[in-house]
Formats: sequence, C-alpha cells, structure tokens
Amino acid sequence: MRFKAKPIFPGKVRGEVLYTEEPITFLGGVDPETGKITESGHELEGKSLRGKILVFPSAKGSTVGSYTIYGLKVHGNSPLAMICSKTNPVIAIGAVMAKIPLLEFKDIEKLKKAREVIIQEEWIEIVG
Amino acid sequence: MRRDLYLTKEEERILSGEEGEERKWAMETIVALGEVFGAERLVKISSSQVSGVSPKTIGKYGLKFLRRIRNAKVSVLTTLNPCGVDLKRKEEFPKDFVKEQEEILEIYKGMGILPSCTCTPYLVGNTPSFGEVISWAESSAVVFANSVLGARTNREGGPSALASAIIGKTPEYGLIIEEEREPQVLVKVKTDLNDEAEFGALGYSLGKLLKDEIPLIDLGNRRRMTLEEHKQLGAGIATSSEISIYHVKGQTPEALRKEMNPTEKIEIGEEEINQVFEEFSESENGPLVVGCPHMTLREAEEAKRFRGKVLAYASRCVASLVKESENFKIYGDTCMVVSPLREMGIEEVLTPSVKAAFYMRNLSGIRVSLIRKREALNEIQG
Repeated sequence: MRFKAKPIFPGKVRGEVLYTEEPITFLGGVDPETGKITESGHELEGKSLRGKILVFPSAKGSTVGSYTIYGLKVHGNSPLAMICSKTNPVIAIGAVMAKIPLLEFKDIEKLKKAREVIIQEEWIEIVG
Repeated sequence: MRRDLYLTKEEERILSGEEGEERKWAMETIVALGEVFGAERLVKISSSQVSGVSPKTIGKYGLKFLRRIRNAKVSVLTTLNPCGVDLKRKEEFPKDFVKEQEEILEIYKGMGILPSCTCTPYLVGNTPSFGEVISWAESSAVVFANSVLGARTNREGGPSALASAIIGKTPEYGLIIEEEREPQVLVKVKTDLNDEAEFGALGYSLGKLLKDEIPLIDLGNRRRMTLEEHKQLGAGIATSSEISIYHVKGQTPEALRKEMNPTEKIEIGEEEINQVFEEFSESENGPLVVGCPHMTLREAEEAKRFRGKVLAYASRCVASLVKESENFKIYGDTCMVVSPLREMGIEEVLTPSVKAAFYMRNLSGIRVSLIRKREALNEIQG
C-alpha cells in the first residue's frame, strides 16, 4: 500500500516503524545521548528512536526541541525519518537542521499496523 | 515547492548568500518554514524571544551550532530565555557548567541580543501590544503574548526565532493570520478555580484533551483572571500540547472584540483538575520551588511569607528588588528547569507550577509533587 504525504524535508529511506498516537516532547521527553524516549508515562517510554521511522501525531512542549532533534543526529541516535500528522516550527526546523527526512501525513493511523515502510519524496509505502 | 512564497529582491539577495553565510542560514530557515506552512510572503516583526540558552537544554551540539553562526547580528529587539546559572552567584553552580554557560551568553550578546535571561520577556519591557507581529520561542511566553496581549506569533523553535531575529521578518502563516486564531472548541469549566496551580492544571488537562484545537474557555461568572493565573494557564497548555493561543470568554482581548462561536463543546470539572495533581504526586517533602514561569513582583512578595525552605526564580529585574531571608532564596537569570538542580543536591521538591513539575521530573529526574499554593502555605505554616 502506498500513500501520498507532504514532504517537509524529503529523503529516501527504508526502515522499521515506531508508532505512537501520543504527542512527543523532544526536550525532556527524548534523551539525545541514548536516543530513548524518557517521558514518564509515555506509551513509548524506554523505546529507542535510533534507526527507526518514527510515526507520531505532533510535538508538544518546549521550543528547545529543535536543538534536541539536532542533538539526536549529532549523537548518532536519530530516527531514520519522521512522519507526523501535524508539523510545527519546532520539528520542521529540527528536521532541516539535522537533515532527517520529515513527512506530514494526516492519517497516521493507516500506518499503525505497518512494520516496515519506504519513504521516497512525497510517498510512503508499506512493505512489511 | 516554493510556488506560493514571494520573496522581494532584497530577500532573494540574502538567500543567495550575498550578505554573508549567517544571514543566508537565517533566510534559508525562514524560507523553509514559509514553504512548509504555505506562506505567501514574509512580514516584519517588532521583536523576538530566543530559547535554547542553558547548556542543560541545548547540550554540546547546540553550542557547536551557535559557534557556527556567531557572527550574525539581530535586527530587531531580541531578548533571551533563562540561562542555567544565577550570574550573581556563579560559585554555587558546577564550574564546567558555568564556563559553558558563559560562552553561550557571549555568543548571544555578540549577536546583539539583550541578556534578559527570563521566560517572561513581557514583564521586563519586551512587551508587544495588541496586533503586533512578533516571532517568539519559549512556549509559555508565546501563549501569553497571543492570548493575553493579543500580539501575534507562532510557537517558534529556538533556531527559527533566532533566524527571524536576524532577518527581522517571519513568514505570514499560522497564528500571524487572523482567521487562524479562531477557537474551535468551547470549554465550559464546571468548577470554581481559586488557586494559580489549578489554572496550570486546567491548562495541562486541556492541552491533553485538545492537542491542537484552540479553546474558548468559559469560566462562568467567575472574577477576572489575574496575570499570574494567565501565566499558569498558558504554561500548562504549552507543556501538554502544541496549542499556542487560548481565549477566555469576556476576558481576553480577542474574545472581547468579537463574537466567537466554536462548533465543538466540552466540559471540564474537578475530576480532570484533580487528575493532574495525582499525575504529579511523588514527593512528600523537599523545598517549595516557585517561579515557573518567572515570578512577578507580586508573586515574589507573597512567596516571602511562606515558611519553610523556598527556592524562587525570577528575572534579574525582579530578583534584585526582593529581599532574601534564611529560608527564602530568590535566584535571578535562571530557573528550576534549566539549572542543574540535581547536581546541586536536590532530589525531591514541591511546586505549584505544572510546567516546572513536568520538566523537573522528565528532564532532571527529580521527584515532584504539584501542590496548590494555599496547601503549600498551610503545610509550611502548619
């Protein structure tokens, strides 16, 4: 299955999906030095973003989050790509600074059961 | 993708790098935002507020990035978020941390940014009036500026606010546009809120429920909200969501100026408010930590009356006017979220600020309880 999305920072990658319907706080919710989600009570708490295609609805909280996304990249712990249903300046500029492909895709629940996807330009394809 | 965004000749020139690498970076950043959000043009801003100041939040990678653009100059009034250190008592903070902090501040100052070091720029003179277009980072200040002052800003990230400050412009998108500021949900508050901490809890709960929908809050016939209550409400909403404006029926400027008729309607009551207090209830003791967002003079004077150990945080402006005592300590320039609290020996705290509770727990691993201010008073005086 293939879906059309809006590329914020385009790229071509294939990877395993890490899916959540809970918004993510980058500053304080993700540790750039380990790549893990640290927000207490978050459904992905303890899971690592490293090398994954992170699918999430939106980012909440601190405006320092752009630096945290960049920090994930610098520490080699960044996701391969990110897909969010609603983008905002904090994640958009974080992705541009870190050069992490970012797509905006309104119906992320269509990716809920996907294990693996390919992202290319404006396309998201479920391959596993 | 740039089909909609029109750039003037001057803007094109900056983008092509003719005015230097730093201005090119700044223009590229703004143009990227404009493209993403479908803006048609860039508009002038009157001020900026930049976040990403403490080594604790931006890390070594943030500093490295800032070094690269250190020769940039801002072109509008630009103020700075709290740093990680009280600059008048550096000796209390870890040495290496202070050194890193000093370098970050030097870079920002070199760009022409005023080292205001506060998350409440609107209390120290970076105070936009109704309708003014600004480009601010610091989520709580963004919500306050939009909702209470009626100024217009999106919730910029630290780097994009900095880019706007350098160019003096922001893309015309999102909350800059009047129609985008309309509420979608009417929120009926079914309980009487009479403590600032409860307004923070209301904001935090609303953010979780609404995620990105703009609320019009109906408090019934309640008295007028104080500035301090707005500060808590906005900081709470900003913490749990990406909502960057709210309206209060009969109270906030935009709700007073026009009829607002959101299509959805929800109710929120005591139960939802109490849930937030339960979510943050891990500590029994510890100092009472206050001043998130930074205290007003009124709050600081009130906090002096608390007995027991109080750590208060405010802008230098406020902190320098307030007398300390044995149990009441007030830090300027910094706050409980961005200073290395844990390294300074603090493991559990009580606080009336939901934003502080969230970040102290998640960013610093401190045990936190959210308490009502009146409870804190009673407990401590008890």
